[in-house]
Amino acid sequence: MTVSITGVGLHPFGRFDTRTVTDLGVGAVRAALVDAGTRSVDAAFCGTAYAGVAAGHKVLGAIGLTGIPIVDVEAGCASGGAALMLASSAIESGRARRALVFGIEKMPRGMIRSTFFEPWREQMGLAATPAYFALRAQRLLREAGLTKEHLAAVVVKNRRNGVDNPDAMYRAETTITDVLSSRVVCEPLHLHMLCSPNEGAAAVVVEPGTDGVAVAGLALRSHLPGGVLGEATPLAGTTDDTLTPPTALAARDAYAQAGIDPSDLDLVECQDTDAARELLSYVELGLCPAEDVAGWVESGHTARDGPLPVNVSGGLLSKGEPLGASALGQVVELVRQLRAEAGPRQVPGARTALGHTVGRGANASVVILRRD
Amino acid sequence: MSERAQGGNAGGGSGLVPELLVRDSDGEPRLVGGYSPTSDAYHFPLAELCPYSGADDVERRLLSATGTLWGWTAVNAPPPGYAGATPYGFGVVELPERIRVVTRLTEADPDRLTFGQTLHLVVEPVVTPDGDTLEIYAFAP
Repeated sequence: MTVSITGVGLHPFGRFDTRTVTDLGVGAVRAALVDAGTRSVDAAFCGTAYAGVAAGHKVLGAIGLTGIPIVDVEAGCASGGAALMLASSAIESGRARRALVFGIEKMPRGMIRSTFFEPWREQMGLAATPAYFALRAQRLLREAGLTKEHLAAVVVKNRRNGVDNPDAMYRAETTITDVLSSRVVCEPLHLHMLCSPNEGAAAVVVEPGTDGVAVAGLALRSHLPGGVLGEATPLAGTTDDTLTPPTALAARDAYAQAGIDPSDLDLVECQDTDAARELLSYVELGLCPAEDVAGWVESGHTARDGPLPVNVSGGLLSKGEPLGASALGQVVELVRQLRAEAGPRQVPGARTALGHTVGRGANASVVILRRD
Repeated sequence: MSERAQGGNAGGGSGLVPELLVRDSDGEPRLVGGYSPTSDAYHFPLAELCPYSGADDVERRLLSATGTLWGWTAVNAPPPGYAGATPYGFGVVELPERIRVVTRLTEADPDRLTFGQTLHLVVEPVVTPDGDTLEIYAFAP
């Protein structure tokens, strides 16, 4: 059975001091229901990591949409992808005829604090999330022959894309010089190479049938045991470098479901928590081998007017990252692109698109959307 | 340092802190890891079940006190829940037991470290938000 997305809605990503996380969710959910032309859904799945107990119920309670099953889903940065997977499964099984999927978040300011790290790890200084990103970035630079200028070029690309996205937090262009002039958070990562945790919400409506944008492939995978530098961040791992990362596991499943190869993609939204994470995603998603990454960056291969545009929304580097909403934010962007409703940032003729998130757990979600 | 340098005051809300570090019979610091014959693999910190396979035959082992540097950075601003000094070194050290350990480094200048460099285990005091002093593990050039 084909599952299609028939409505999308977004609350802009940014900082909204006068609005609760419930307010943000209501904004996105109402917009998605209006877009789908319905007020009736028979199941709801809400992705969030920080919004607390029954957060999705509070959103739907505020608009009188209770009585249906409502499930809050936590899978780190992939929470929205996990929620979409459950909703698609509910449709495929026939348990639901129309399902609402939404993601909401209002992140604390500053370096992300997470119950993922026990207090003793925090006290030892080992809960430094950007340091793990930096270690991974250092390995990538070494293994793919990249420099900090390549990382800065990713920021320049995504921030340029963000200029045309009214829902993004940062809408000013930047330069390689400016990025490299921002303070070093954890070498080799400078402040402007890291996305900002922030606030926002995104929502989609899914139904059976082909009357919308088809969910052609959708996979959620966790990490294999033993890796030390994935988002699982254990205190130790094995020296086995052959472990397949969760992003590659999810991508393989999603491509197989969709019956396509990476070369069939017209555009991609991928996890750019930091600039190196975007480039690592190219490799893990099978877009290009590690040795081609430098050339791709230098030639603008993934620019909006390049052969494979990546993060035309501006990515998390422009939008900021509200964890529970980030995966569905990508889906909203891709649906708008596939409907040719993306205005000045439209990728002409886009038919097949991929969204990717990876984060705590470690969890990775990959969704492939298609409009024929 | 007591038999369980990490144990006493580190737990905060969680209460449970794994045994991370002890002194060996020569008085030298050693990380406490585990080895599962079923998996033929070491892990750190010591767990009841092998974290790679779930096998229940884990043996407590003291790990090598010398390793090679696999990756590193420095943390320049205090992360959440941390009250010690900054900047501090942060990295991954590969041990002969074929595991990679996430660790603090005593060297906080990334330019002074190199891939594959030999490092050895030391004990480093760190002040907690409560004003106590923890003795934790770190690797030094």
